[in-house]
Amino acid sequence: MDAIRVENLVKTFNGFTAVNSISFSVSEGELFGLLGPNGAGKTTTINVLATLLRPTSGKAVVAGFDVSVNRDGVRKSIGVVFQEPALDSRLTGRENLEFHTMMYGIGKAERRRRIDEVLALVELTDKAGTLVENYSGGMKRRLEIARGLTHRPKVLFLDEPTLGLDTQTRRHIWDYIRKLNEEAGVTIILTTHYMEEADFLCGRIAIMDNGSFAAIDKPSVLKDTLGGDVVSLELEGNPALFIEELGREDWIKRSNLHDGVLSLTMEKAERRIPDLVMRAQQKGLNVSSVNLHKPSLEDVFLQYTGRTIREQEANASERNRTMMMAHGRRLR
Amino acid sequence: MTIHWTAVYVLWRREMTRYLRAKSRIIGSLAMPVFFLAFLGLGFRRMAIPGLESGSDYIGFLAPGIIGMTLLFSSSMQGMSVLWDKEFGFLKEIMVAPVSRVSLVLGRIAGGATTSMIQAFLILGTSMAMGFRPRGVTALAFSLVFMLLISFTFIGLGLVFASRMKDMQGFGIVMNFIIFPFFFLSGALTPLENFPWAIRAFSYADPLTYGVDGLRAVLVGQSSLPVALNLALMVISALIMILLGAYFFEKSEGA
Repeated sequence: MDAIRVENLVKTFNGFTAVNSISFSVSEGELFGLLGPNGAGKTTTINVLATLLRPTSGKAVVAGFDVSVNRDGVRKSIGVVFQEPALDSRLTGRENLEFHTMMYGIGKAERRRRIDEVLALVELTDKAGTLVENYSGGMKRRLEIARGLTHRPKVLFLDEPTLGLDTQTRRHIWDYIRKLNEEAGVTIILTTHYMEEADFLCGRIAIMDNGSFAAIDKPSVLKDTLGGDVVSLELEGNPALFIEELGREDWIKRSNLHDGVLSLTMEKAERRIPDLVMRAQQKGLNVSSVNLHKPSLEDVFLQYTGRTIREQEANASERNRTMMMAHGRRLR
Repeated sequence: MTIHWTAVYVLWRREMTRYLRAKSRIIGSLAMPVFFLAFLGLGFRRMAIPGLESGSDYIGFLAPGIIGMTLLFSSSMQGMSVLWDKEFGFLKEIMVAPVSRVSLVLGRIAGGATTSMIQAFLILGTSMAMGFRPRGVTALAFSLVFMLLISFTFIGLGLVFASRMKDMQGFGIVMNFIIFPFFFLSGALTPLENFPWAIRAFSYADPLTYGVDGLRAVLVGQSSLPVALNLALMVISALIMILLGAYFFEKSEGA
């Protein structure tokens, strides 16, 4: 059975389309990622699946329950770790977990056992009696992940689980997430705008941009579709003739000119570089830098959306601002 | 509609834990009513207030009014705790829990009513230390009913405002422009009979008027309206406000 099935899901806010007719399904036990810049619609998608927002149109089924019809059914089956912290900072770590487990109707003995268990899992046993306002960012995040697990959800949503954390904590949390997925068999949907996170963790990812999916597959497959290594040449001068000439070579699988940087995809790139540089010079171009790298999800993103994720982010925050202003006007 | 009593209980318990931990909040919220009691009570002690029966002391008139005021402020502040949760993200944790929205509203009401009753009792104690003499133990017990009804009414109001608002700043404005008029119009400080008719009309639209008058009737045996009428009107207003509060709360957050 599919843990999640989404068909033509649309969510609009006052005429702004945050999620534009996406469809996908996630099987039980999968670790699925939504990768995209801020403002791509990832959080909105999660909020709809977690019953915090109602879909404008389309259908979403989580753990066998329709999010528009059987909301309590969905709520019982899921755990959510939100992007923004959702802890009561005036309570201790343990009290936060107790609140949660009681809300989910877990009996007293079982409650205690599970709380101890998850606290140990995220290594917060020592800090359980400390007020959450005295926790560091990483500790709060770990406590939230622990909380999302206490009621043994079938599906766990993690919205940007490592946003704003240092590298070491991030590594830790990646390990927890993997362990959860592999050992406890929890289906996990996570959103991220970190390429390496999606690459490291997810069995399958959907690249999300402007509210819709640009591609959906295993990270390795997405990277393979690019066909080999990527050589980026930073050029000075007009590259039109050079690109035209390269267009006739069949060993170049793909080319993409972006901001004066020409990215070429090919096999055995290290052997082609001298030739490429020479030809560029013959066409009167000055090559100011050369970069060779194995394809990353960043390249995949560039390939599918025509932009880098950072540029998309700048755009999206612009869009968000306009949206928020419209929103503010409505409320006043 | 199902009510999840564990959820109601845990929401109530959270409110208690937070309340008891915020010592400064307790003291801060008691400061104003205590100042009112002290300065008005002592200042007007020897003055003849028009509309008050001669021979009755002002503290006997004032204390029920200040108890009403304490309930008004602390109960409508319950709306603030909803906004607080919204601001600090905890509301999401509550909203994704598999419990009926009615249980969430009941939990909020239970928590708010308990904290405001504690506040009201602290003020009652303070006023007794300052010379206020209620008629007896049964009077005190009966006054609980009025206190609860006042509390329910204004928790409902607080929930209505909190549901319509995005942040805590707006709530401060509401407090100044809506809650204060409720207080002054209620006749908590001065007899209603002293107001011109145009203002009295507003006073009679203010539920706190009946709450304070009812408290006076019960605690000191003086009131401008019959106790039964005060009680009936307070029951109605509490019911209406709670239902309105629940309706708006559900609508805004269940979306």
